[in-house]
Order: sequence, then structure tokens, then C-alpha cells
Amino acid sequence: MKRIEEIELPGELRYSPDHEWVRQEDGLARVGLTDYAQDQLGDIVYVELPAVGIHIAQGVVFATVESVKSVSECFMPLAGEIAAVNGPLADNPVLLNQSPYGDGWMVLVKPDDPAAVSQLLTAEAYLTRLKGGV
Amino acid sequence: MRYLPHTDEDIAAMLNVVGLKDLNDLFAVVPGDCRFGGALQLPKAMSEWSLEEHVGRLAGRMAVSPEYSLFLGAGSYDHYIPATVSSLLGRSEFVTSYTPYQPEMLQGTLQGIYEYQTLAARLLGMEVATASHYDGATALAEALLMAVRITGRKKVALSRAIHPHYRQVVRTYFAPTGYELREIPYLETGLTDLARLEEIRDLAAVALQSPNFFGCIENLQAAAERAHSGGALLVSGFTEALAFGLLKSPGNQGADIVAGEGQSLGIPRSFGGPALGMLASRKRYMRSLPGRLVGQTKDRDGKRGFVLTLATREQHIRRENATSNICSNNSLCALAAAMYMASLGGTGIRELASLNHDKAEYLKNALRDAGCPIRFSSPTFNEFVVGLPGGFDARYRRLLDRKIVAGLPLGAYYPELADHGLLCVTETFSKEEMDRLIKEVSA
Repeated sequence: MKRIEEIELPGELRYSPDHEWVRQEDGLARVGLTDYAQDQLGDIVYVELPAVGIHIAQGVVFATVESVKSVSECFMPLAGEIAAVNGPLADNPVLLNQSPYGDGWMVLVKPDDPAAVSQLLTAEAYLTRLKGGV
Repeated sequence: MRYLPHTDEDIAAMLNVVGLKDLNDLFAVVPGDCRFGGALQLPKAMSEWSLEEHVGRLAGRMAVSPEYSLFLGAGSYDHYIPATVSSLLGRSEFVTSYTPYQPEMLQGTLQGIYEYQTLAARLLGMEVATASHYDGATALAEALLMAVRITGRKKVALSRAIHPHYRQVVRTYFAPTGYELREIPYLETGLTDLARLEEIRDLAAVALQSPNFFGCIENLQAAAERAHSGGALLVSGFTEALAFGLLKSPGNQGADIVAGEGQSLGIPRSFGGPALGMLASRKRYMRSLPGRLVGQTKDRDGKRGFVLTLATREQHIRRENATSNICSNNSLCALAAAMYMASLGGTGIRELASLNHDKAEYLKNALRDAGCPIRFSSPTFNEFVVGLPGGFDARYRRLLDRKIVAGLPLGAYYPELADHGLLCVTETFSKEEMDRLIKEVSA
């Protein structure tokens, strides 16, 4: 497992306390699992993603990620409609481990409130939480 | 199975090890008001001799074959069990190991269950079968809960021609969930009225049984088309697994999940249990299946081995989000079914199914010729609904005096079918037995 200093946390992204990242893209928000989360889970063997077109509220489960020994639920970092999901994850879930901020993205969301992204944690604030701070 | 009680010396030695004086001290952590204080209301112990007499008297009150002819099926069927099954099943490696808690140590049991899953999937025309469930009714309830999980919808439709006990178990499972259950009536033909599905929107599943409770063979293909056009899954139930030796499998007719009872496959009736819940589905729904699944893999030396697989669906990992927290497994019965299917082989199962069908047709036609109305016009497998001259119930009692159990009187389950009974014929019935029934009915 990585030491905290080894965790990659791109500065341009926002983060949720539940270990999802969010990237703003032309009014949409791309969502994935942080490097910290994928590292904690270990080898991911299965990802269950939501149906495109459905609306999911903030804090509600939108995906399930299964590693060799555990199953974790992923919580929606911001409310919105699922505009797209990362299809290749179905056959190649290990993309989540290999490229958490790139090819391993999970869903593309059309947020109810585009400004909601800015209420999420900055990389710095998320890192502070990981270190046990508030 | 051997039962070895502890002697007083055993108990004293064990108490000594844990540092307790009395057996009751073991239960001291259980709050007093949760413990039973008085003496159990049990009759006095009997000598071996009087116990045998007592049990003999109880057994004498039952109508059993060969003294009685039992034309009784209705979910539990009398089939001949080859000696290979009883002989193999009696091996202590199978009988004494209840469940593979340390699965890798039990390669033989896992391989046996894997073979059961393979045979079950082939019989039902499905891609994945579970390692077994408690019985057919609970398997059906689990199948419906599974459809709710898969579709995200909260309403299911059940045919009224599904076994009444199965529908009761489904109601019990569904009561605390808040999910809606709708019953679909049956037609004059004895088949489910599929047109009634038009009226119901947003169904997670349509559930039928085929052959249904009346023995009638449902049109699963048409049911699958109806279900799928509304976005619902077709859950196909069964109580007589042997029927698939002759009929097109539910999987080949478009069923998405198949659930039912495997007692016919080498398991004695034993006064109602134990039974075998069979549950199978399409591969794409594999992660929604409840209960155990055994998979085949390779060890680090490349040798074939067996494991419990996809365990992350289960409660020891997934806790309250498991696909089921109430399902059990019946490995020994599953092994019996695997041994039975392997003993008969594909050809044997087909021939046996034909024999069941032909014998039942013989009785059905002869009863019709003797003036007994056959209630439903649809083709049946080894059961059918019939009326008897002079009223079913009165005639039923008279036949009982002649040591013939003329099936199951249906009035208690279907008020509209009062004065009718469900008769069953399997391969174990001789022509003489059937002719005796026909003669008594015509008398």
C-alpha cells in the first residue's frame, strides 16, 4: 500500500470525503475513485455502474466496486443525471487501479447545480483529511 | 448419521477445562428472563421396546404404499431412486460435512456441487445455477427478489396456477419489503391468462410455473415475450423437475430466471422434506444470484481445483447489502440430484419423463371414458385435475376405505375447484393399480 506522500492528487480536481474525485468539463462533471481509494481496495475485479439517464441525489450510491476481498459502494459527490458511464470498465475493471484519473473514470454527470462542484474539497483539504485532520 | 451424546464424564471434563462447575454456568451470560426456568413438559422416557411400539402405532395411522395406492403429487413426487444414489450418498464424506466453511479443504464436496450446478443448468437451459437452496418455494421467492434488484422495479406478478404453498412463501418473503404482489388468474384451459398482464405497468417480474399446479404445460415462450415487451423478467417456476426430460427447457423458451423444486431427482418424499431448491439464471444476472456458487479454477501448479466463487455477494462479506441474508443451502440434496441425473443420463431422463407422461395419459383417458370430467383441456405432464362421479369428496372418502388415495382434493386451495382433485401418476404406478382406480370409480 502507498504511503500518504505517494498518493497522487491532481490539483485541478475536487474531492469528496467518500474518496471520489470530480472534474469539471463543459458544464458536465466527470467522476471517479481517488488514487487513495483504489490503492486501499487493491485489485478491482468488478465494477457495477448506473444506467445512463437516471438521476441520482448527492450522497446516494451510484456504483459498486468489488475487489478480491471486499465490496465498496461509491457515493454520488454531487446531485445530477448520469450522462455517460465508462463502458470499458465492465471488461477491464483494473483500469480503475491503473489509471484512476484517466481511463479509469466512472461516470459523467450533468449536475443539477454546476456550482456544486466548488463546494467539494480541494486537493489540499482532501489530503489533510487523509492525514487524519479535519 | 451417527449421534454421539456426551457422557456426564465428558461434560465434567469440559467444564473443568473452562473452569466452570455446572452446565448452567455456561448460560449465565444469557439474561435470566430469556432463559426457561421450569421443567420441560416432556413425556417420560420409554424403553427401546415401548418406543418401537409407540412409533409403530404412529406409522400405522399413515396411508403408505404399497398397502395404499397414492395418486398424490402436488409438489412432491414418488420416483424410483436407483441404488447408486443411496449408496454414494451414504458415504460419510458427504453425509457428515454440512457446509464447506473451509472450502479449499473440501475439494470432493466442491467438485460434487460444481457437477450438480452444471447438470442443473443444462436441465433448465440456463447458464448459471446456484449450489442449492432450502426448497422450491424459497428459491422462487429469492428469484423474485432478484428480479426486483435487477430491474429496480418494485412490483411482481404471480400466476394463480403456481403451487399455493409457493405463493404463500412468496407473500411471507415480500411482506416486510413493501414490494407489491399481483396475482394473475388462470383461464378455462388451465393456463395463466397472459392477456391480463397488459393491465399492469412497471413489473419487475412475471412468474409462472410449468407444468403448473394443475399439471398443465404453460406457454413460456409467449409469457417471455409479454414480460420482456414491458421490461419485466420471466421467472419460471417448477415443482416437477423431471418434466424437463420431455418438455422444452424454460431457458430455451426465454425465461430469465428459473426456480423450483428438485425433490424428483433422487430425493425421497420423507413426509415433506428435506427438499432441494434449484435456482438458475442467465450469466448476465450472475452477480444478483443469492447463495453459494462453486467455480472451477486452477491452482498455482496449473491443476484443476474448485472454489466458492463470487462470494462478495454473500453476507459474510457484504453484510446487510448481501443478495440474501435468509437463504440456506442443501448440499446433500444437491449431491443426491447430481448422482441421480448422472445415474440416468440424458437418455434415461428423457425415457423416464416419457414414461411418466404416458402413464398419466393412460389414466386420464381411461377416467374420461369412465365419465369423470377432466377439468382443463390443456396438455398436462404427470398430473391433471379431475372430477369424480357422485361428487369428488364423497368418492374420495370411499376410495380411501379401499386403500386408494385419489390425489389432492382442491377445494381448500381453489374454492372454484371444489369437487375436483389433482391426480398424479409417476413411473412407480403399475397398470394394475391404475385399472383398480378406474374400476372403483366406475363401480
